[in-house]
Amino acid sequence: MKKEALATRIDVVKKSDMSDGQDVSSWHHVCSLTDIPVLGARVVKSSHGDIAVFRNAEDQVFALRDKCPHKGGPLSQGIVFGRRVACPLHGWNIELEDGCAVEPDEGCAASFPVCIEEGQIYLQL
Amino acid sequence: MAGVRTLEELFKVAPDLYDVTVFGAEPYANYNRILLSPVLAGEITIKDIMLNDVDWYEQNNVRLHLYKKVVKIDRRARKIFTEDGTEESYDRLLLATGSNAIMLPVPGVDLDGVLTYRDIQDTDTMIAASAKYKHAVVIGGGLLGLEAANGLKLRGMDVTVVHLNEWLMERQLDKTAAVMLQKSLEAKGLEFRLKTQTEAIIGENGHTKAVRFKGGEEIPADLVCMAVGIRPNVELAKSAGLHCNRGIVVNDTMQTFDPRIYAVGECVEHRGAAYGLVAPLFEMAKVCANHLAQIGISRYTGSVVSTKLKVTGIDLFSAGNFAGGEDADEIVLHDAAGGVYKKIVLKDGKIVGSVLYGDTADGAWYFQLLRDGRNVQELRDQLMFGENHLGNAGHQGQNKAASMSNEMEVCGCNGICKGTIVNAIKEKGLFTLEEVRKYTKASSSCGSCTGLVEQILASTVGGAYEPQRKKTKPVCSCTDHSHDEVRKAIREQKLLSIPMIVSFLEWRTPNGCASCRPALNYYVLSTWPHEAQDDPQSRFVNERVHANIQKDGTYSVVPRMWGGITNASELRRIADVVDKYNIPTVKVTGGQRIDLLGIKKEDLPDVWRDLDMPSGHAYAKALRTVKTCVGSEWCRFGVQDSTNMGITLEQKLWRLQAPHKVKLAVSGCPRNCAESGVKDVGVIGVDSGWEIYVGGNGGIKTEVAQFLVKVATADEVIEYSSAFLQLYRDEGHYLERTVHFIARVGLDYVKARVLNDAESRKALYERLQYALAGEADPWKERVAGKDRQQFEVLAV
Repeated sequence: MKKEALATRIDVVKKSDMSDGQDVSSWHHVCSLTDIPVLGARVVKSSHGDIAVFRNAEDQVFALRDKCPHKGGPLSQGIVFGRRVACPLHGWNIELEDGCAVEPDEGCAASFPVCIEEGQIYLQL
Repeated sequence: MAGVRTLEELFKVAPDLYDVTVFGAEPYANYNRILLSPVLAGEITIKDIMLNDVDWYEQNNVRLHLYKKVVKIDRRARKIFTEDGTEESYDRLLLATGSNAIMLPVPGVDLDGVLTYRDIQDTDTMIAASAKYKHAVVIGGGLLGLEAANGLKLRGMDVTVVHLNEWLMERQLDKTAAVMLQKSLEAKGLEFRLKTQTEAIIGENGHTKAVRFKGGEEIPADLVCMAVGIRPNVELAKSAGLHCNRGIVVNDTMQTFDPRIYAVGECVEHRGAAYGLVAPLFEMAKVCANHLAQIGISRYTGSVVSTKLKVTGIDLFSAGNFAGGEDADEIVLHDAAGGVYKKIVLKDGKIVGSVLYGDTADGAWYFQLLRDGRNVQELRDQLMFGENHLGNAGHQGQNKAASMSNEMEVCGCNGICKGTIVNAIKEKGLFTLEEVRKYTKASSSCGSCTGLVEQILASTVGGAYEPQRKKTKPVCSCTDHSHDEVRKAIREQKLLSIPMIVSFLEWRTPNGCASCRPALNYYVLSTWPHEAQDDPQSRFVNERVHANIQKDGTYSVVPRMWGGITNASELRRIADVVDKYNIPTVKVTGGQRIDLLGIKKEDLPDVWRDLDMPSGHAYAKALRTVKTCVGSEWCRFGVQDSTNMGITLEQKLWRLQAPHKVKLAVSGCPRNCAESGVKDVGVIGVDSGWEIYVGGNGGIKTEVAQFLVKVATADEVIEYSSAFLQLYRDEGHYLERTVHFIARVGLDYVKARVLNDAESRKALYERLQYALAGEADPWKERVAGKDRQQFEVLAV
């Protein structure tokens, strides 16, 4: 995501925060890109539970709830390849983009917006 | 089928190279011709057997002309013309004109009600006739004729099969099997006239009424189905001046004598052979697509074919040269009352043919051994009892896939029943084990039901099923290279990392997948110790974290206890760790160690520090335990000091990584209390020395270890065991246990490398010593701070 776009989104969040005072989502700093190994992941504890933040070989980042839709396995511990991760418990393949299981398996892990800004990773919750 | 299959293969490798136009004479898109018999039998419908519907052609940007017969090829102008005057030009032309059924040249073949059995239209005609008429005669007692007869019988007709030969299916069966088959079919209500020649078909008002045999006898026939053979359809090719014999003559790249024109399927003749079964068509399609895509590294060298009869409730399998002949041996099992007949034909120590009736469980296995050309001398006394005997056929031991009910569970890991698998095969048009795994998950976990799934596949698609050749089986869908080819490239080209392999061997995916990456990582590390680059991200989580992940995402820790020996100080530290980290479960393992379960990932380095014991590698494809009995130090029966032998072995071999886990045991006398008979390397002390056994396994399928050698000294035990394990490390396929490694390469080969050749044994032993030298304890490294990041949790 471009810097301007991120700035705008943070801006919008702040504005809405002020306008109605409701609990709405906002961007949070996670870590720098280099804190996550290439084709690896880190676990982030949050008020939404554990979130897995993945980095693939093209330095794209993805954030999914750290729970496989099958039996709740920690996706952050799986092997990352292409734009997928294989769950460490029973090997279900999960799309990093949307958290959905690859056929013939069914189910999705929730996904969260995430972006890189000057080498830093931000997560929207 | 062959033509569209070629397109599918082409689109896999070069999706945008050609603008493709398909012409078909039939009004249907591509369907699975093999399954016409179950349609006729009323088991499935036409809809179920469509392979590529009109949408498929659209999605792949293929222009499809149905019901348009091509009648002329102008090779000079590179154009084709259809019956209705449509023209199309080409750069490359692919002929897949199939074959025509042969009509006997007897009077009356042009009457209504006389037909062949080739396509959907024939099938429809027979279904319609069965509703209207009573008497059917099928001429030809071969595969197709019997399937037609069975279908018509199930549709309520009285069916007589007329056959010229002395027994049925003489091209696939010997007389014994054919007689058993005939009895089963007679029990289903079919009638047979063998050694009978048809002289004429008699009509009334233009419709068939009876069939007359040589000798004058007549039987009533309202429907006559000719199934006496097929003839490649070469009409179009011939008219274009292409060289044809019985079929359109092609070379090993499926090109005709005009190199712009290719031909595949039943219409071709390759090295003098024409094929009427479907498995060869798929091989041809693959080669043809490879050449069309201008890759040009693939050749078709002919096929060995196998046959299964698709008649529900009848298990029959035939492959290769089943008749034997001079200098061939036969192994035969014949249980007439039990309805089982098995014959394996051997020549020069290899399987050259097989006929199975009643129990076809091992058909796929025999066929694989046949195609691999493997020397089976050492399996010879077990061959007849099947692969079940050697593992890999389902742990409940079912061996008659056809007689299983649809509700019976096949895959115990994923809870998949037979019916689910059969439906997926039919609906999705699956032909390979990999496809079945992908769509149903059956046999994709522990793999113990692989043999059973293969049988179900074989009995559903019949001869179209082609067992994967082990030698050439690709590592995964990222590549066409086999494990052996990958290992060879790593060795010869000195490939030191996964990116080097992926680029040198042209992987289809940029960074592999969860199946191939752990294998590649192991291969580079084991081939080039101290030089290759380890990639933790290509290891399964357990090997990355150095602990075993549990179902709730916590980990278990198993410290090493040399030879199962511990002491008060170790036990005290373990007890303290359990208290300090609130470890919920402490369990004694089967390998004589202690397992601490339910530890949080972030606590692992501290737990290891406080334990201050070596890593037990219970999490790794590596040396796990060396189980020992008490031995001569205490035991009144012990004749050797097994405990110290075990400790020495473990201290020599620990940190050894392997294609799969490795377990050892040492017993101090033949009572074998350490259970050496089910270990990868099992050592048993006898009065005069030590016996070494290899390839045992107590897992999915219990396998008894095989005797390798008897040695006199402890040093020899270490040298021989090390050499065997290094051979396994060098040549095993990733995730192949020692039992399967030995089954693949043969115990004779292992003996040749480890026993008979002292230099080879020394070299293997030294290679292992070199690999292990300086290899650190992973727990100690991580206590010291290595990879600290992965044990730290972030927070927002």
